[in-house]
Amino acid sequence: MENIIEIRHLQKYFGENEVLKDINFSVSKGEVVCIIGSSGSGKSTLLRCLNLLELPTTGEILYHGQNILEHDMSNAVYRAKMGMVFQQFNLFSNLSVLENCTVGQIKVLKRSAKEAKQTAMEYLELVGMSGFIDARPHQISGGQKQRVAIARALSMEPEALLFDEPTSALDPEMVGEVLKVMKSLAGSGLTMLVVTHEMAFARDVAHRVVFMDGGVIAEEDTPDVIFNNPKNERTRIFLKRILDN
Amino acid sequence: MAVDANSSFFQWVIYIIQNYWPLFLRGAEVTLIISLTGTIIGFGIGILIGIIRTVPIDNNTHILKRAIYKVVNILLLIYIEVFRGTPMIVQAMVIFYGVAMVWGIHLTTFVAGIFIVSINTGAYMAEIVRGGIISIDKGQFEAAHAIGMTHSQTMAFIVLPQAIRNILPALSNEFVINIKDTSVLNVIGVTELFFQSKSAAGNNYRYFEVFLITCLVYLVMTFTVTRILRYLEKRLEGPEVYTIHGSQTVPEAEIKIVGRQ
Repeated sequence: MENIIEIRHLQKYFGENEVLKDINFSVSKGEVVCIIGSSGSGKSTLLRCLNLLELPTTGEILYHGQNILEHDMSNAVYRAKMGMVFQQFNLFSNLSVLENCTVGQIKVLKRSAKEAKQTAMEYLELVGMSGFIDARPHQISGGQKQRVAIARALSMEPEALLFDEPTSALDPEMVGEVLKVMKSLAGSGLTMLVVTHEMAFARDVAHRVVFMDGGVIAEEDTPDVIFNNPKNERTRIFLKRILDN
Repeated sequence: MAVDANSSFFQWVIYIIQNYWPLFLRGAEVTLIISLTGTIIGFGIGILIGIIRTVPIDNNTHILKRAIYKVVNILLLIYIEVFRGTPMIVQAMVIFYGVAMVWGIHLTTFVAGIFIVSINTGAYMAEIVRGGIISIDKGQFEAAHAIGMTHSQTMAFIVLPQAIRNILPALSNEFVINIKDTSVLNVIGVTELFFQSKSAAGNNYRYFEVFLITCLVYLVMTFTVTRILRYLEKRLEGPEVYTIHGSQTVPEAEIKIVGRQ
């Protein structure tokens, strides 16, 4: 399988603090990868590095074999190909639901307003939010916001979608609706990278699970191995703590 | 109606209104034009400076660009500090007589008035706009960047609309202050409301009656302006209700296709 992204020897410092220590990692087309680990293990930072929201201190990020940190490609062009869904939704609060999904298409992809609307409607339909196109972000619930955020990212028709703890800020009763959408997306062949605390989702949906601990990838394998037969002691402790709760 | 020294207060007020209303009107007109133009231009200056002062600069920015930015920033800071830190009445004198002496440019008092109010407002608005921009949630910037927007696109379509909406109350404040403070421009002979009132009062030696009327005219102007801006603010908040279209509100809707990669 062709690699969409490959990371080599990635390091990230926040001041003196080494958050990511020599990460090597790749994602191939159509793959669903879940990144798990306790808070502060560096999983969100890794995801944010992939979208250049954080710039790695050293290392390479290869996008189809090209190192994007060497400026052959502008950050903006690359970012448009990596969709991102945030824990806090971050819907544009000055725009309606529909405009949230069209603004990027019109301004970045230079699509016509009509074409942008068509695409946006298609994805809003997909996440079950096409009825709310005129609503403003503050008028809809958390789960609905996150579904719109997913539609916004999909409207850009990215090569991969990065999810940064997409359900962590949601009321428990709204987690389900978002996970359901994500599950369908995974089933449709979209390349997804999901930082999550939803172990059931990781077990059922991921092709590969990455366990991070203290800024390194401690273990990565199929969900079956990670959840039923982890090789690393730290993975075992983490999962026991999580699953016992 | 004739009046003399024995006429009552009300007789004087009526007399002055009857005989001097065109003067008050012209004065109010000049006051409004100068303060409105000055506020708008000042707002423009403020937005420009606010944008420049919030350009993201970090260690990855080219060294030359960083140096230029630093110099520009220092110049802007000097501008802000000088114009916020000195009274407008003094600025009016310095600028009006200064440009004539140093550059030989003879501004009309009207143009000088607009110029002075504009740069004065600009200095205040610069900091207000900057505050408005940095108060916007970081997530808004990140989400815009994540869909591939450049910094300028993010500012133009996402951040500034929100920031401006948030600073409208401060803008309306500035406008009201300007309506009142243009009165200091009478020192360089701008024929605004205060200047006109002074001549009406001087002609009749009736200061109390005249300036009471002036008071009312100012109050009517400021009150109207605050009402209009309040209405504008409400409009910018957008509609409070929205229509739900069709019945696609069910998240359980079957998902068929995804992406056209």
